[in-house]
Amino acid sequence: MPLHLDIVTPEKMVFSDFVDNVYLPGADGELGVLPLHAGLVTALQPGELRYLRDDNVVTLAIGSGFAEITQTDVVVLTDMALGEAEIDIAQAEAAIQRAQEQLHGVDHSVDAEEVAFLQGIIARSTAAINFKRRHQV
Amino acid sequence: MANLRDIRRRIKSVKNTAQITRAMQLVAAAKMKKAQDQALGGRAYSRHLLQVLYDIRKNFAHETHPFLEQRPGQRELVLVISTDKGLCGAINTNLARKIVALTSPGADFVTVGRKLRAVCEKLGKKVVADFTVKDPVPFGETRPIASFIGRQFLARNYDKVSIAFTNFYNTLRQEPKVVTLLPLQGHRPDQEQAFELIGGGFSAAAHQSDPDRDFEFEPNPGDVLGAILPLYLNYEVFQAHLEARASEHSARMVAMKSATDNANKFIKELTLEYNKLRQGAITAELLEITTAMKAVE
Repeated sequence: MPLHLDIVTPEKMVFSDFVDNVYLPGADGELGVLPLHAGLVTALQPGELRYLRDDNVVTLAIGSGFAEITQTDVVVLTDMALGEAEIDIAQAEAAIQRAQEQLHGVDHSVDAEEVAFLQGIIARSTAAINFKRRHQV
Repeated sequence: MANLRDIRRRIKSVKNTAQITRAMQLVAAAKMKKAQDQALGGRAYSRHLLQVLYDIRKNFAHETHPFLEQRPGQRELVLVISTDKGLCGAINTNLARKIVALTSPGADFVTVGRKLRAVCEKLGKKVVADFTVKDPVPFGETRPIASFIGRQFLARNYDKVSIAFTNFYNTLRQEPKVVTLLPLQGHRPDQEQAFELIGGGFSAAAHQSDPDRDFEFEPNPGDVLGAILPLYLNYEVFQAHLEARASEHSARMVAMKSATDNANKFIKELTLEYNKLRQGAITAELLEITTAMKAVE
């Protein structure tokens, strides 16, 4: 029985096809999904997503978001999903730098949402950089 | 009958107009492409978000979140997304008509875009906030709008928040829509229609889902709902802006194209008339000369 994986970001549909298994960075640790998994909705933290398709393991760096798992489908909703080739370390570092500068300018007690948004950028850029470094070696 | 010089002047001015509308058409066409791509690309996300909410709707019954609270009151806040610039066909007029028809008479307004803010003020409606959103739409600029209306709802200033925008179907078809945003609809079976929301593409009927399907939640249902619902609000507002922008540029492109076509047709007619008159004038002149010659003989 196949498992259908959808990876969606606000910009586009990143991936939509049948796979053999998926590993997700869940809020409570890494989570492996095989076909016929029990229904589950989980929050995701920035990290690494792996799926196996035609005996090839593909890994992507993803940002925070959440995933819906049913027996036949996995839907991953995240704010970032990048392959190794798409990650530019210099760019990611610049994004962290910018977010940190903005974070200093924001009043933390007033605009909690803005703070969370900027911290999200930092977390996902950091995840992207770690991912790239790990796969370069 | 118009004389030659008048017609020549008119041809010149119509040509100028055609040149301007043609330039505007080209600009709108370029922007339209971008806006349409962005709107269509964003739909997958908002559709899947909706799908997840739809699948777990049964669990809403056990969990309460302030965004789900149905209140008996009737105070309504309407977020209106119109355009900053005109010359885009009838989309603002159509949207205004829809708003008058579908919102409660005492509703207050939050506006994006200058065109309908002016209309709201003229109608004597209260505009509580006004935002400007750049083009192309950055997510960072729609987020404050979503958090503003979220706060208004949570503070119990309003019992219902709607969003009025122009939904994009294709280059030739855009439709005004008024959709209830808060309290989030659709978690009761009789409200399933409400799931056919922004952008279209998701229909509860087509989405095969077993309503009795059980879901586990990680870390726990409260946290997951607490994360999904604000995200949903943010992205629905964002997607509505994308749809409105794609509609605006499409409508402007079409309006400018028909304006250019009209101008060109007009030029052709005027040129024909001009040539006829010119010919007539030459014939008359020749006739005069020949008659004069004859008289001299």
